[in-house]
Amino acid sequence: MSSTDTPGLPRFDVEPGALRHLAEAQMNVELDTGDMILNLGPQHPATHGTLRLVVRLDGERVIAADPVVGYMHRGYEKLTEFRTYPQITTLVNRIDWLSSFANEVPFVHAAELLMGVEAPPRARWIRTILTELSRIATFYLFLGEMGLQVGALTPAFWGFRDREHVLNLIEAATGGRFHPNFNRIGGLKDDLPRGWAAETRRAMQAILDGCDDFESILVGNEIFEARTRGIGIIPSDVGASYGVSGSNLRASGVDWDLRRDGRPYLAYPEIEFAVCTHTDGDAFARYWVRLQETRESARMVLRLLDGLPAGPIMAKVPRVIKVPEGEAWVETENPLGQMGYYVVSKGATGPFRVKIRSASFSNVSILPWLLRGAYVPDVVAILASLYFILGDIDR
Amino acid sequence: MSALHLAVDVGWGWTLALKTVVVLAVVPLAALVLGYTFLLKMMSHMQSRLGPMDPGGFHGWFQLVGDGIKFLQKEDVMPLHADRRVFAIAPAVVVVSTFLVFVVIPTGPKLVVESLDVGVFYALAVSSLSVVGVLMAGWASANKFALLGALRAAAQLIAYELPLLLAVVGVVVQAGTMNLQGIVHAQQDGAIFGWGGIGFPFVLTQFIGLGLFLVASQAELTQTPFDMPVAESELVAGYMVEYTGFRFLFFFIAEFGTAFAFAALAATLFLGGWAVPWVHGTAADVLGVPVLFAKLMLVAFVMFWVRFTYPRLREDQLQALAWKVLIPIGLANVVVTGIFKVAF
Repeated sequence: MSSTDTPGLPRFDVEPGALRHLAEAQMNVELDTGDMILNLGPQHPATHGTLRLVVRLDGERVIAADPVVGYMHRGYEKLTEFRTYPQITTLVNRIDWLSSFANEVPFVHAAELLMGVEAPPRARWIRTILTELSRIATFYLFLGEMGLQVGALTPAFWGFRDREHVLNLIEAATGGRFHPNFNRIGGLKDDLPRGWAAETRRAMQAILDGCDDFESILVGNEIFEARTRGIGIIPSDVGASYGVSGSNLRASGVDWDLRRDGRPYLAYPEIEFAVCTHTDGDAFARYWVRLQETRESARMVLRLLDGLPAGPIMAKVPRVIKVPEGEAWVETENPLGQMGYYVVSKGATGPFRVKIRSASFSNVSILPWLLRGAYVPDVVAILASLYFILGDIDR
Repeated sequence: MSALHLAVDVGWGWTLALKTVVVLAVVPLAALVLGYTFLLKMMSHMQSRLGPMDPGGFHGWFQLVGDGIKFLQKEDVMPLHADRRVFAIAPAVVVVSTFLVFVVIPTGPKLVVESLDVGVFYALAVSSLSVVGVLMAGWASANKFALLGALRAAAQLIAYELPLLLAVVGVVVQAGTMNLQGIVHAQQDGAIFGWGGIGFPFVLTQFIGLGLFLVASQAELTQTPFDMPVAESELVAGYMVEYTGFRFLFFFIAEFGTAFAFAALAATLFLGGWAVPWVHGTAADVLGVPVLFAKLMLVAFVMFWVRFTYPRLREDQLQALAWKVLIPIGLANVVVTGIFKVAF
């Protein structure tokens, strides 16, 4: 301190440097910004339903994020214990409501395994076609929705518009746009309607064109790439250890697809298809992988239609379905990732216990790890790119 | 110079009243026109929307009226912890800043509400008043999303004032005046290397300025790709999130009214405003309004086209764009314009 004292103020004998240090410390205390806790959801447009994210923010940077799930819990696992097997398909197709048909398949397959029944080839092929159609419908919503979440309005409407082609096909074949309830243990309810194959070929062409539209409006757009590249990177080992599956894991470079690598189911062993991977593991990679998978699914449907076998669509099953005692685990590659049913039967008309392994639940478990250090706009881009369905998380 | 010159001098009181009525009538009308043409019709065509094409039969003409009725019916909700007075005033502040811009935009040699000598300066100054209203709205709502939105808006509007100003400076240097009427005259009576056939619309030399102006005004209007303050997928509706009914309508009118004003400013500064080659005097007064309207709709079309096509930038990317790209380009443009002005 200088030797001249200000009258009225106490005099301190401190080194000048130390005093500056003190003043700086004082200033840092005053400028310290408090953390803000922000509740994203349960009603928030970025959470597609009722996911709640408790986010601790410093400015707009995320310090910690905590997903709170369960707002949509409907108790399907418990409900299955009070239903007969044919009734349960109604329940399970409400888990991931965007790809209902794909949800029914593993459950029905598990029951068929326990009963020792196998669906006839035509039924298996039609199931495969409808599963791929529901994959396209699900991904189409994603391809548009991802644009909407990073601020581009138009792709979202294109997604909804072109998804309509697929929903119309599913409706024509099954009678339901969202909840087909079309699988029966041992086969399918009905055969395909007349003219359906030709209509599907036309629609698949529209879908492939629509994919080109998405590619032209989003992929390669500087702003879209700036918003998604390098955002929300999931390293393959971290992703695998959290149980992330499906396209999310393939976007991290893990070449793993249950349609090809799992226990053979449906008609997948009999047809050719490519599995797409990307090495970056960021939000852009997830978008890119799903875009390619949509195209691959459309091509697959065309291929399946070419080789569709003739024959019955229902195996011989008893009128009242009783499943012999035993346990079965069936996992399939659903649009959102690995979907599994563990069915325990005690020989009654309904299962004793069903454990449902849904993809989204594991996929969102990585969020606390993934969101740390991101900005609020990145949170939205990451949530959109992980692509979860709340029904699939909460069940 | 007063506008709306009437055949008889009716006294300043009546003139003032008339001017006020004109401005008050133009803003909602402008919002209506842009909202109808671009938000409803153009967007519906681009995005295959069916809803806005249906009401009222022919091409969904009734949709906007229906929307208006809906807004009037909505309950006026005020959050419990809101700062009631500020919350109520904020939309008005935003709308007033829109009204004030229209005062200086000329639509003919004699048709201008008030021909100020500092015209451009005034227009940019009052248009940036809206940020005060936005901050008031965000703060008074007592909502975290609204607060984040308002802070983003403040940071963004301040960052983009500068490129906007630099874009305009080039025009001002070239015209030698800040009076908007003078700028239009400079373009109408100017000559391209001695050939005065079509006048001299400044877009021919200031195309970089026009580009800067369009980008910066897009940010000023908080439209995509710069709509972070209202980012509906992140902040729900940003600073407007707590507003309902009539107050929300105010923000809506201000948004589209300001878009109209900026399109008119761009048309005036770069495309020659109301000027038509070879048309002078009373004929220009008659033609002025439709000509300016056509030009500004062209500009607005580009603005809304971008709005409906692009994704949204992130806040830090937006700031980087303003400070690292737009402002250096704007400064270079001003320097080059100055050199040319002195050299030729």
